Amino acid sequence: MITQATNYRRRKLVDYGMRGLTIGATVLALIPLVLILSYVVFRGAGALNIAFFTQAYEPPVVGLDGEVGNAGGVLHGIIGSLIIVGIALIMALPIGILAGVFLAEYPSNSVATVVRFCTDVLSAAPSIVIGVAAYVLIVQRTHQFSALAGSVALAVLMVPVITRTTEEILKLVPHTMREAAMALGAPKWWQTLTVVLPTAMSGIMTGVLLAFARATGETAPLLLTVLGNNNVSVKLLEPMAALPLLTYKYTDTPFPAQNTLAWGTALVLTLLVLTVNLSVRWATRSRTK
Amino acid sequence: MSEARLLTNTNSLRRNVAVGALVREREHTDTLAHKLEAKNFNFYYGTFQALSDISMVMREHSITAIIGPSGCGKSTLLRAINRMHDQTPGARGNGQLMLDGQNIYGPETDAVLLRRRIGMVFQRPNVFAKSIFDNIAYGLRIAGWHDRKQLAARVEQCLRQAALWDEVKDRLHSSALGLSGGQQQRLCIARAIAPRPEVLLMDEPCSALDPIATLKVEELMLELRREYTIVIVTHNMQQAARASDETAFMLMDPATRSGQLIEFGPTNRIFTNPQDKRTEDYVTGQFG
Repeated sequence: MITQATNYRRRKLVDYGMRGLTIGATVLALIPLVLILSYVVFRGAGALNIAFFTQAYEPPVVGLDGEVGNAGGVLHGIIGSLIIVGIALIMALPIGILAGVFLAEYPSNSVATVVRFCTDVLSAAPSIVIGVAAYVLIVQRTHQFSALAGSVALAVLMVPVITRTTEEILKLVPHTMREAAMALGAPKWWQTLTVVLPTAMSGIMTGVLLAFARATGETAPLLLTVLGNNNVSVKLLEPMAALPLLTYKYTDTPFPAQNTLAWGTALVLTLLVLTVNLSVRWATRSRTK
Repeated sequence: MSEARLLTNTNSLRRNVAVGALVREREHTDTLAHKLEAKNFNFYYGTFQALSDISMVMREHSITAIIGPSGCGKSTLLRAINRMHDQTPGARGNGQLMLDGQNIYGPETDAVLLRRRIGMVFQRPNVFAKSIFDNIAYGLRIAGWHDRKQLAARVEQCLRQAALWDEVKDRLHSSALGLSGGQQQRLCIARAIAPRPEVLLMDEPCSALDPIATLKVEELMLELRREYTIVIVTHNMQQAARASDETAFMLMDPATRSGQLIEFGPTNRIFTNPQDKRTEDYVTGQFG
């Protein structure tokens, strides 16, 4: 026979209380996120029109009625961001993933310890510091602000994120799978290439996306390296525009039309990261079914 | 008892009889060549001696079972045969462990090439997150097979041998992770035999399987015996008695905690007329 314990009511209450706390904390965490996102959409959606996506910077004109109009668009920023971040990704991806493989597959040697420590320091470094380094090492030496310098700075920011996620994910691949490959006569590098990496691919991609999202939104290093450009430019060795730079620049102007552009840019930046995120997730979803 | 259950019972009985008959064919194994031979073999994890002074033979085209309680070193011995410990820091073997007269732990032996001659099936199914076809083709591709037709033929042949073909023939290219545990284990066996190794090591291959799947694996072993040398570690004494030609009984030395070979001989004799009191206690269930 099952009788109700004397503390049954108390247990129930504690259960409700705890569940309430976790739900409350989740809601609390979601509030700023939802507020920011919806405000960006609310303010930014109005800026999105054909001109926004097809024009570069246009000088503001004051209309006959005294209103400031003709804000132009951010095409130069969209193209610039894609180029700068794309090149940064091309530089950071192989270095980050290979370093992650090294840390995970050959963990117990002194080089790995040093690499791991440096990666941790690097991932905690403020982005402006990286920007200053790129400025001194590249911009000052070449006497030229350039998109390439910006890509290098962003790549330096991306590498530690990619390296550490790759390492963590590879460590999660069951040891038994490596054993199975080893027992079939696969050399270590072949095990890693054909069994470990494919198994961990979707996890590694998550790390790459984190790095991509972080780099896309970075402003400080770009200020010191790519500088900005009012025109559409695809020349890697010259200053280039970038979305975060435009958000920064247009927020800080007296013209309301340009302020609206800043919101639009923020929205596009958010959507860009979201789209890339979702599409990569879709492309690397686990095919277990 | 329902008719269906009766039928299953009779079927498995029949299987038992068949398995028994196959084993009985092989009472005298002493004429078979020594495929593997351990002579005073020791194995260490750092300073800890896990195996001491193992001397035994594993004959070509026969099934050698290694039995003993947990911690007696039987898995260590099995994994030492294809140098699976190589990645473990501090693990090393000394003494002689020979494959066709060549010392496995000799300086001239390449572990990767060694493992292409010695296949292994593990305790838990460890399929790759790849398609069924690619799982089996993995070892073949390592061995340099690239012709699609030849690959497909061998994959089918191995799946048939592992009694899995009928269950998976329509979904060769879907993920192996979608198979049940028993199917995955048979897939692992098919994968291990695909490159035609000379020796097949099995580390408690049936411990995660139900009795029916276990019987299927045992039947498979008896069939594979014609082509391969099989060494199986098992906790299940009935399995050793049913499906092996020779049996090695191991125990952990209580003083040094290192594994020792207590008795080695034809399975029949180990189970009916053991020479050592400890073997007798173990096989009659009065121990461990």
